[in-house]
Amino acid sequence: MQAIEKNIQWYQTRFEAFERSLNGEKSLPMHTLRRDAIRSLGEIGFPTMHQEEWRFINVAPITKIEFEPVFRYELNGTTRTDIRKFLLDEAIHAVFINGMFSSELSDIDTLPQGITAGSLAKAMKKNPELIQPFIARLIKGGENAFTALNTAFLWDGGFLSVPKNTTIDRPVQFVFVATDYRYAYAAQPRNLIMMAENSRCKVTESYIGLAQNNYFTNAVSEIVLGENSHLEHNKLQLENMNAFHVGTTQVRMNAASHYISNSVSLGGSIVRNNITVVMDAEGSECTLNGLTLCTGTQVIDNHTAIDHAKPHCNSHELYKAILDGKSKGVFNGKIFVRKDAQKTDAKQTNKTLLLSDDATINAKPQLEIFADDVRCTHGATIGQLDDEQVFYLRSRGIDLAAARDILTFAFAGDVINRITTEQLRLDIEKMIRARLDIGHAE
Amino acid sequence: MSLLEINNLHASVNGKEILHGIDLKVDIGEIHAIMGPNGSGKSTLAGVLAGREYYTVTEGQVLYQGKDLLQMSPEERAREGLFLAFQYPLEIPGVNNSYFLKAALNAIRKHKGMEELDAMDFLALLKQKTKLIEMDESFLNRPVNEGFSGGEKKRNEIFHMAVLEPKLSILDETDSGLDIDALKSVSEGVNKLRSKDNATIIVTHYQRLLNYIIPDFVHVLVDGVIVKSGGKELAIKLEELGYDWVREETEHAV
Repeated sequence: MQAIEKNIQWYQTRFEAFERSLNGEKSLPMHTLRRDAIRSLGEIGFPTMHQEEWRFINVAPITKIEFEPVFRYELNGTTRTDIRKFLLDEAIHAVFINGMFSSELSDIDTLPQGITAGSLAKAMKKNPELIQPFIARLIKGGENAFTALNTAFLWDGGFLSVPKNTTIDRPVQFVFVATDYRYAYAAQPRNLIMMAENSRCKVTESYIGLAQNNYFTNAVSEIVLGENSHLEHNKLQLENMNAFHVGTTQVRMNAASHYISNSVSLGGSIVRNNITVVMDAEGSECTLNGLTLCTGTQVIDNHTAIDHAKPHCNSHELYKAILDGKSKGVFNGKIFVRKDAQKTDAKQTNKTLLLSDDATINAKPQLEIFADDVRCTHGATIGQLDDEQVFYLRSRGIDLAAARDILTFAFAGDVINRITTEQLRLDIEKMIRARLDIGHAE
Repeated sequence: MSLLEINNLHASVNGKEILHGIDLKVDIGEIHAIMGPNGSGKSTLAGVLAGREYYTVTEGQVLYQGKDLLQMSPEERAREGLFLAFQYPLEIPGVNNSYFLKAALNAIRKHKGMEELDAMDFLALLKQKTKLIEMDESFLNRPVNEGFSGGEKKRNEIFHMAVLEPKLSILDETDSGLDIDALKSVSEGVNKLRSKDNATIIVTHYQRLLNYIIPDFVHVLVDGVIVKSGGKELAIKLEELGYDWVREETEHAV
């Protein structure tokens, strides 16, 4: 406990240094948000396993290290060649090094006119009036110590504003690259995606660990969907195997909007993904898909919450985990159906495949329903590969290891196939095949 | 040398002996039918030959092409040309039929020292085999057996057999659950694959499949022992008189 308090003090000291470097910007409204956040961090304190929301993941290894927050852009020797294989061919790329926008590695100037995308820091300078109604406000109610920490040091991250009646044909990719410093650091990208009415787009957040050492990514994405807008929002978490990652996504949906989240977590040593979706108007549809691959001693925790606040909204959720070695997975899926939210249709499915005897999963569906005319279903399964299926493959000449890999890949494919950003889907397939060591399907 | 030679085979499940000493010889080019009532050990015999770990062989020997079959893993047996058509073919969601067959065929080819087939040649082969078995090409891109009807699953087994071209096929209750049309077309598929270079063991409860696939030899399995062997006419007699007839006759003989 003392170590944790000491660590809060560390961030308070770092905040003071950050504040001193801000000069005139201290007087801007944005800075009030940062001040509120550092105060709030002091009040909440970092979570421990005694708290219900953090019962199954020990974040003490993260909170006891004094990570240096990064708020200066430095390339650290990263070149386009280093990151090329992580870039989606067809996409418009905004690249961030340790959370800071890199104009030299990005190509957002290829965006159609009228669309603003790229660096949040730049957008805050150029159009503060556009951003202020949303930033750090969308997340209200979904805050925790990590989002407060992110807001306290809020500086840069991915920004996208799609005007009304606009469709962006090419996917947009935010690429967050972690590179090595000589010290342990925290990269804290802050992302804001604003979809105006009748807009449509696909956004992928890729978290790439090029660093060898331990670092901490603490990301927050705030997303607002205007009426009748449509967003496919993908997250690929590929931090290095020593890294810590906490990522929080907060979504507010307006009438008849459609939000699809595909979250694939492959890297990191301790990882926590939070997604909260508030369905705040009628006729919306929300789909949350998730895939986790854990090996060694990795811990990956997915917390999702779908808040059906208004009637006639549908949500579908499919989260799958494949756990090997001594790894640990956590799934907590909350669905709230408020008193007014009649005619809600919510479906949650959670499936875990355990590939070893030492891997563990804590799965907790949590439905809280206050309306009476609704349909809500949930199902959770935990199992191993089916011996009969394995035998069937072997009886056709496929060896035991390959049979297991083919069946494991098929288990994952169920989620991967739902990603409609083609290149991302193919890349993820390739990564998972490589991890399972199986060849290509033709 | 016979293709398959089973000598005094005893096998058990969870300590309970099911097969009490089976002797059987199958030569290349032959079709053997093994008939027997429920619980006689037919599926156990098929399972032991295919390498199901569920069964324990407690005594006896099985030689396949002169090699000790029981020492081989299920995949080695398949690569050496043994094929089991399942009584209940498994559904494999997420793995499409053609991907599955490509992995299987290339594993077998590699074992034989042949080059792996490339995507083009493989597709051409698949198309040719779908025509032979009269199976719709749409089944190639569907997940293995998922959502297939009973008849479609059995036909898919025969399609696998057509693609993998085994030396020895064991058809385990391939007729079960089939209506007469499906039975006819599945049988036609098997007959087309029959040649002087392969052999087939048909495991069945009923004689009706043997109206379409004519066996060279019929063996009657009762209580884990082959009690009678003969030609195709034995199957017809069995259908007329039932398994009790064999049981009685055997008891008399004792």
